Amino acid sequence: MPEALEATVKDGTPVAPDAQVKAADAAKAEKPRSLWSDAWHDLRRNPLFVVSAILIVFLLTMSAFPGLFTSADPRHADLAKHYLQKPNWGNLFAEDWFGYDVQGRSIYARVIYGARASIAVGVLVTLLVTVIGTVTGMLAGYFGGWIDTLLSRVTDIFFGIPFILGAMVVLTSFEQRHVWVVILALAFLGWTQIARVARGSVITIKQADYVMAAKALGASTSRILLRHILPNAIAPVIVVATIALGGYISAEATLSFLGIGLEAPTVSWGVDISSGQEQLRNAAYVLIIPSIMVSITVLAFIMLGDAVRNALDPKLR
Amino acid sequence: MGRYVARRLLQMIPVFIGSTLLVFLMMYALPGDPVRALAGEQAVDQAQIAQMKKDLGLDLPIWQQYWNYLTGLFQGDFGTQIATQRPVAEVIGDAFPITVRLALFAFAFTAIVGIAMGVLAGLKADTFRDRGLLVVTLLLISVPSFVLGFLAQYFFAHQLGWVEPNVSALAESHELILPAVVLGSLSLAYVARLTRTSVAENLRSDYMRTAVAKGLPRRRIVGVHLMRNSMIPVVTFLGTDIGTLMGGAVVTEGIFNVQGVGYAVFGALKSREGSTVVGIVTLIVVVYLVASLLVDLLYAVLDPRIRYA
Amino acid sequence: MRGAKSAKWVAGAIVVALSATACGGSDSGDTDAKEKGKPAGYVSIDVGEPQKPLIPADTNETLGSYVIQSLFTQLLDFDAKGQIVYTNAESIETKDSKTWTVKLKKGWKFHNGEAVTSESYINAWNWYANVKNKQQNAFWFEDIKGYEDVHPAKGEPKADKMSGLKAVDDTTFTIELSKPVPYFEYKLGYTTWAPLPKTFYDDPKAFGLKPVGNGPYIFEKWDRKKLIQVKANPDYQGPNKAQNKGVLFKNYATVEAAYQDLLSGNLDMIRQIGPKDLPKYKQDLGDRAIDQEYAAIQSLVPTFYSKTFKDIDPKVLQGLSMGIDRETITKTVLNGTRTPATSFTPLGVQGNQKLDTDVFTFDAAKAKKLVTEGGGVPGNKIWIQYNADGGHKEWVTAVCESIRNSTGVECLPDAKPDFQTDLEARDNKQVKSFYRGGWVADYPVNANFMRELYGTTAEANNGKFSDKEVDAAFKKGDNAKSLEESIKLYQEAEKLVLEKMPAIPLWQYRINGGHSEAVDNVEVDFHGDLEVTGVTVKK
Repeated sequence: MPEALEATVKDGTPVAPDAQVKAADAAKAEKPRSLWSDAWHDLRRNPLFVVSAILIVFLLTMSAFPGLFTSADPRHADLAKHYLQKPNWGNLFAEDWFGYDVQGRSIYARVIYGARASIAVGVLVTLLVTVIGTVTGMLAGYFGGWIDTLLSRVTDIFFGIPFILGAMVVLTSFEQRHVWVVILALAFLGWTQIARVARGSVITIKQADYVMAAKALGASTSRILLRHILPNAIAPVIVVATIALGGYISAEATLSFLGIGLEAPTVSWGVDISSGQEQLRNAAYVLIIPSIMVSITVLAFIMLGDAVRNALDPKLR
Repeated sequence: MGRYVARRLLQMIPVFIGSTLLVFLMMYALPGDPVRALAGEQAVDQAQIAQMKKDLGLDLPIWQQYWNYLTGLFQGDFGTQIATQRPVAEVIGDAFPITVRLALFAFAFTAIVGIAMGVLAGLKADTFRDRGLLVVTLLLISVPSFVLGFLAQYFFAHQLGWVEPNVSALAESHELILPAVVLGSLSLAYVARLTRTSVAENLRSDYMRTAVAKGLPRRRIVGVHLMRNSMIPVVTFLGTDIGTLMGGAVVTEGIFNVQGVGYAVFGALKSREGSTVVGIVTLIVVVYLVASLLVDLLYAVLDPRIRYA
Repeated sequence: MRGAKSAKWVAGAIVVALSATACGGSDSGDTDAKEKGKPAGYVSIDVGEPQKPLIPADTNETLGSYVIQSLFTQLLDFDAKGQIVYTNAESIETKDSKTWTVKLKKGWKFHNGEAVTSESYINAWNWYANVKNKQQNAFWFEDIKGYEDVHPAKGEPKADKMSGLKAVDDTTFTIELSKPVPYFEYKLGYTTWAPLPKTFYDDPKAFGLKPVGNGPYIFEKWDRKKLIQVKANPDYQGPNKAQNKGVLFKNYATVEAAYQDLLSGNLDMIRQIGPKDLPKYKQDLGDRAIDQEYAAIQSLVPTFYSKTFKDIDPKVLQGLSMGIDRETITKTVLNGTRTPATSFTPLGVQGNQKLDTDVFTFDAAKAKKLVTEGGGVPGNKIWIQYNADGGHKEWVTAVCESIRNSTGVECLPDAKPDFQTDLEARDNKQVKSFYRGGWVADYPVNANFMRELYGTTAEANNGKFSDKEVDAAFKKGDNAKSLEESIKLYQEAEKLVLEKMPAIPLWQYRINGGHSEAVDNVEVDFHGDLEVTGVTVKK
């Protein structure tokens, strides 16, 4: 542990040491193929993974085919009849199961249709930050020198800006905030964590014998990066990314709650939570039901991340 | 040591300039004109607006505006608000202490309760107690803090009536307890898990076996040998967490109506008071930078093998 | 050991940092505790931090106006019904609606002892109007002859005095307008027409933070972002003399926090209950709840430059208007905070009339028919632009749904993140079809809801409505010999407006406030402000 620490600290950037150490250990411990197959073997037997996987499959189906779950229209409003009509808990999967919101819309239908926006934001932001972060981190870690200094400082700049505050400023500048805008804004500010992890991971791996051997054999830089470094350095990145996915879903909901995330006509849990706030004293279910949905979704992805980490990083068991 | 600190401080300069520039540019890019907005829904007098902009230096090119801002900043001048004509330093001076207090409370809560939970679980890894902790932390991580805040407000204030649902303008310490707990709960979960892992891992290490073999009293083994080594990753996390807590306070402040930094930034964003937003974000960045430097220096205390040259 | 040595230094630094913040914390705690107490006989109200320093002509928002109104008294004021009550003026007379003679009451003094004279008014108005002084409300003086000289559209002012203002003696002066304005007298009731003492001109900036007025209250202190304190003026001679010993204008971050303080007795009056507490406030407060209409109207304003409404047949707009179920929306989503509109003017202004029409009545079938007859909406899609920071989201959504369900025209809310952006889109003519319009009476006469909104050259005409017949009708009203005649002519003009539909009036605002058990006699004035002077403290 101390060696790894010294390496990073001397280098001038405070990399989260535990992540980096884990990366090094995970990579050093076994050969790539056995790491991945081992991990899969472990995963299948982990109840945490099984539960989260089922939940996630369920949520993905919901966001892809909301029509399977309800025939009600999430936009249809009937103020005169359904204004804040209380939930009918016994009426499972029916339009009035969770009651109606302040516009007289079926909360059940909105919760089902709302899944798509939240999950799209979570998944796409994670993909984007993984790509941006890994590329930046790999370049910085592999080439070192002024490239590293420059990229690390840029990373520091973005890392230092508080996430929610930064997102507030970025999102205020957009007049129409549909799903893509929110995704880009979150990715714009969120890539630094992955970049740091990837950089640390690459620094340790580039000193490995097989990389040296590849270099000695005259392999091109791009080949070394893509064939040798990337597959070996990616494990800790995947761990961090899976856990972060839940965080982005939560962040989207938080921003929508603050009134600067997604906005109508996009149907999303965050948007509904935001308008449900006003009913806290009067009809709390309007607020609580979409909140529970967000929490369950985040929980599913966090559990998945936990399971993946345990599988890829045997030391933590 | 001295050289190391000096180098780190030097490295902070580009980061500091970079982040102020970034936020400055973002503010500049916002639609809406703060001077125009003063007139509200009423008539707009273009001649008058032009005059006011000139007086405020808002008609200059962006680079010049940024330069003016930065030179002002180095002379300790945070600028003046456009509408209220209050010095921004005064606005920050009102809001910052409240958020600092809130963040420190949350930090103390996180550190004390989190480490205690983690140690308790880590000492008996894979027991019922340990699994229980895992479930609790999972829940704390999954429930977004605004949901937690609403739940706390709903139960403790509206249902049980133990506390007032909103914090008064004075933000007295006892009023900040509930918001601080809500704010700190996410970090609490991370700290507890990190401590638990670290303690469990170190328990299996050679030096622990040696210490036990030497026949040292258990209190000394856990209190000195184990704790000192297990705290390294926890301290790293806590160090970067201060900045995160201050930035994340926006949400908690919103729910409990704490008039801190989040409230100030929110208001300033809406009235396009660029210098206020930049000033506050800059200060949080500085807090973060200083905290991470302190963390790195703390390593030396916890692990004498680390030397900075 | 080097490591050990540096450790102490680090630990030292942390202790210093912690104790520094701890000190700061306890300091502010001490001073705060003192402010908490309210002097005996004072009343408190939730009036937040004024946007700008307290100069009458630079204050155009509610919060600052509240404070200005307590410190300054203009020539006249209005009673709850919108009738003129002379305050500092003894009389205001005119023969031709062009030259007005003002006689001041004798013996009035500013809080520093200086006498209130004709000069106090004339100098103040000249200063307010001068473009160099950048006063927000400068345009209020534009009727006065010579305004263009002190406030040219471009360049430096040619004079520092308006030629229309002349002092006859210490308590008499004349105002000459550039053209007759029958309801000019009503305009004088706006707080912007307040007089200023001589000390003002020494340092206007400092004055704005510590104003000296001639009103029912004397300025005491202003703790930024916390409260403004004023005490009753014992020598005040106006009809609205303070019935309490003073007022605390307290700043709250949110209406919810203010409401909570009202319930716990830490606040005496609240101007508006927040949406979270609206459903329950009448139960909470009982007869201490205030629920009353005031002279303000909310409407959907079509932009006549937009693709949607360029050269639209007014029938379409009438159809859209009939497609809105005002009755249900005000009862449900708006929680009874509004009263459905029945004309273009609100109750409580001179000349409000019940228009003989069904354009404001919900009728889905007829709505659809009118829209079709008028040729439909281009693209069959409309947007309603609103600012997301003003609590408009729910009703805009409800109005949209109502229109969509009844007429089949797709309707989408178009949220701008905040009022700034909303205004910018209006100024730059970027509104896609409708924007949310709101108008509170400046002076309680129907002309204020007609000419200022729908006249071709009116400043607030952001929909860019322009119609020669309507302009001519307004001009007729402006040229009337007397106020009564002008009001009648504007009533005629309103009927024409109904045919042209420059806006779809939705509903009239109501004030939903309340007061604590400690105070009594809380009344509301015509533009929805609580009358602070009349409030009495229960013994």
